[in-house]
Amino acid sequence: MTMATFQIWRGDAKGGALKDYTTKVSDGMVVLDAVHQIQAEQANDLAVRWNCKAGKCGSCSAEVNGHPRLMCMTRLNQIDITKPVTIEPMRTFPSIKDLVTDVSWNFRAKKTITRFKPRTPDAPDGTWRMQQVDIERVQEFRKCIECFLCQDVCHVLRDHQLFDEFAGPRHMVYAAALEMNPIDTEDRVSDLKKAHGIGYCNITKCCTKVCPESITITDNAIIPLKERVVDQFYDPVRKLFRMFQP
Amino acid sequence: MADYQTHEHDVLVIGAGGAGLRAAIEASAGGVSVGLVCKSLLGKAHTVMAEGGLAAALANVDDRDNWKVHFADTMRGGQYLNNWRMAQLHAQEAPARAHELEGWGAMFDRTPDGRILQRNFGGHRYPRLAHVGYRTGLEMIRTLQDHGIHQGIDVHMECTVVRLLKDGDRVVGAFGYERERGRFKLFKAKAIVLATGGIGRAYKITSNSWEYTADGHALAYEAGADLQDMEFIQFHPTGMVWPPSVRGILVTEGVRGEGGILKNSEGRRFMFDDIPDNYKSQTADNAEEGWRYVTGDKAARRPPELLTRDHVARCIMREVKAGRGSPHGGVYLDIAWIKEKLPNAAEHIKKKLPSMYHQFKQLADLDITKEPMEIGPTTHYVMGGVRVDGDSQMSTVSGLFAAGEVAAGLHGANRLGGNSLSDLIVFGKRAGEFAATYAKANRQGTVDGRQVDDIAKWALEPFERGAAAEGPYQVQYALQDMMQELVGIVRTEAEMQKALDGLRELKARAVKVGVGGHREYNPGWHSSLDLFNLLAISEAVARSALERRESRGGHFREDYPNKDAKAGTFNLVVRKGRDGEMELVQAPISEMPQELKDIIEANK
Ligand SMILES: Cc1cc2nc3c(=O)[nH]c(=O)nc-3n(C[C@H](O)[C@H](O)[C@H](O)COP(=O)(O)OP(=O)(O)OC[C@H]3O[C@@H](n4cnc5c(N)ncnc54)[C@H](O)[C@@H]3O)c2cc1C
Ligand code: SF4
Ligand code: SF4
Ligand code: FES
Repeated sequence: MTMATFQIWRGDAKGGALKDYTTKVSDGMVVLDAVHQIQAEQANDLAVRWNCKAGKCGSCSAEVNGHPRLMCMTRLNQIDITKPVTIEPMRTFPSIKDLVTDVSWNFRAKKTITRFKPRTPDAPDGTWRMQQVDIERVQEFRKCIECFLCQDVCHVLRDHQLFDEFAGPRHMVYAAALEMNPIDTEDRVSDLKKAHGIGYCNITKCCTKVCPESITITDNAIIPLKERVVDQFYDPVRKLFRMFQP
Repeated sequence: MADYQTHEHDVLVIGAGGAGLRAAIEASAGGVSVGLVCKSLLGKAHTVMAEGGLAAALANVDDRDNWKVHFADTMRGGQYLNNWRMAQLHAQEAPARAHELEGWGAMFDRTPDGRILQRNFGGHRYPRLAHVGYRTGLEMIRTLQDHGIHQGIDVHMECTVVRLLKDGDRVVGAFGYERERGRFKLFKAKAIVLATGGIGRAYKITSNSWEYTADGHALAYEAGADLQDMEFIQFHPTGMVWPPSVRGILVTEGVRGEGGILKNSEGRRFMFDDIPDNYKSQTADNAEEGWRYVTGDKAARRPPELLTRDHVARCIMREVKAGRGSPHGGVYLDIAWIKEKLPNAAEHIKKKLPSMYHQFKQLADLDITKEPMEIGPTTHYVMGGVRVDGDSQMSTVSGLFAAGEVAAGLHGANRLGGNSLSDLIVFGKRAGEFAATYAKANRQGTVDGRQVDDIAKWALEPFERGAAAEGPYQVQYALQDMMQELVGIVRTEAEMQKALDGLRELKARAVKVGVGGHREYNPGWHSSLDLFNLLAISEAVARSALERRESRGGHFREDYPNKDAKAGTFNLVVRKGRDGEMELVQAPISEMPQELKDIIEANK
């Protein structure tokens, strides 16, 4: 029987520390299994979020040995368990307890993005016609499971705490899905520039690297949105045109 | 009454999966104030896990499809124990509900002419499942969530309801706690919609999440509502079996839809060995025809791997019991074999089944384009639930509605894949609509303060017993082991009697469970309370299963292996008797109108 030690951050908004737990590990286990085992056998009150245990719901985000990951999709054989494994909550968000953080800001930020509004239906039966090729890039963005790992690593939020100025990569992906939706009729470009602070992103691509859904956040969502902002705000012809708009 | 944080809504929806969100949206559209409570964060409910798709007779891929065929398929799949009215409404309304999702931003995969694409699934005669790759549930919940947050609904996330409150015969509120601080919350409401999902956590091997502790079933039961069909649990034939930590995770039926075949350790494609009579005319009798079917040949009949889930699960059990299973107690599901048919099979599989490819690669170190998967049955869905009126979704308690997996009726003895997601939006909408109507016609009732204080006191008892007492997880694991072993796929009278004895002992242990720590986000505490729901509903399952002395759909009795025509005329109803004990009665199924009978006949 193999044993492994996990250093799990225990604490709340007032503070906390890593605490050692040693538990047995078996074939195929993921980090979340180890946490559950510790919870069942040694620490009933250890707080952790999870739902699906299959990488589908985005609940179990944490920092494993400092790397933002889904605990349910991180197998123990991918990490070195001969040394203690640290498991900490996402550091960008305020602590609630142990591995659970207050991610409510994300829900508020999302609400500020102008909702989907379709054009009038294409067919008399109230339906739309869309080609698969035209929706594939939007479908990439809609794979997002709202794990907020990208928000966790983005330095604009993590280091600079600019929650009021920048909506973060997750919401750039959300806005991109709406902007590139072939039947949507709204324009979010001005909001992206002002309220949602797309200019703060300096394309470090850290968000893309951690996305468990392999969404190419920076290249496919943020850069095209930045281009739209440039087109609309800095293109001289467009600028002139806007001046004469009511 | 002590001072509790109190919220007042016209309609309170408990549960924020597909059914709850759809109900909340509809109730809100009806012009009443709506509160929505859920145990997890918004968007994380079980619905997010659904893979294969949403069944609706859009007839985009095969124009022979229409609601009548869908209705007949649903009834056949449910072995005619379905509430026929629900099966009818569901088949008729699912297409409009699916299109509505598109109007709210859902992006289903497309046909070449730009309409919603549909795929084949077990028990559905024509390609009927609207889908987005294998993440249809995510698409649905996100669409409803993103639409719902702009409808003025008050959302109470990470909040668990522990009891419904009544004023006389009518439901008037709910009492629960929020997870973050562990504080109690009192909800007053004129009408309540239960949309809490299923009970899969009563079993050891399950595809279900931690939330599936039968809360809604137990809340309704405690409030005096009738439950029905609790003996019918769907064991999905294909769950992962290896490594142990992933046992139970679902392997989508889509693998078989794309041509995956089931084989035993001798390499035999055993599903051809046992095709039930009522499906013979629709099922391929050779491998070649099966392959033609999955590649879209409309003249071909479906391969036996796509028979209904109950049947496929039992065939797998039979092979395992006969010693023809795989090393870890399953059988083989092989999609890699299609390389005999397609030159670029590996690419094709990765493109068609990306999530399964990754799931096995990541969790089991197995490349499904090269090797067969080891799979076995996993507890997946409960057909039984709150007995409701087919049109309004109101339970037998006034003002209490139920929709989605927690409600019974639509699926009868066995649910067809894809019929749950459509169920959620069809009956979620109806429940929301009728709850709003009810709320408008009734005043706010009176909450009994003493009753509330008693519940609060009860809920805190695990802390009084403290960490020195037995923890909740040990009792929950013991229950899961027992239900898996004694009230699983294959059932006998003796085993279920034993289960009932076992449940009595577990109940005695549950009232002694204790937890340490404090009330802030304490999963041990939450689990101690969930236990009571699991135990009550496990008893309902065991009692109903004992009483149904025949085999039908999701319920298989080794001691009564055949269908009994007489048992096909009633549903089993469970309720809390006046003495507090569980009461079981047979409720005759009402006569189906001639026009529906004709539809079934025409589609035989
Ligand atoms: C892996 C998997 C794949 C599936 N694939 C398909 C498919 O392809 N097609 C299909 O049709 N069906 C599929 N199903 C079935 C389908 O997903 C579910 O039946 C359906 O999503 C249930 O939805 P619901 O709205 O009833 O409940 P859920 O989505 O489970 O939501 C329940 C809600 O109730 C809340 N809740 C529960 N108890 C309480 C309480 N005490 N207090 C407060 N809130 C509470 C929860 O927090 C949650 O928000 C699949 C199921 C699984 C597990
Ligand atoms: S690329 Fe932009 S959004 Fe992504 S982490 Fe870097 S700064 Fe943040
Ligand atoms: S974009 Fe990726 S990393 Fe960010 S929330 Fe969505 S799934 Fe998570
Ligand atoms: S538990 Fe759902 S993503 Fe990990």
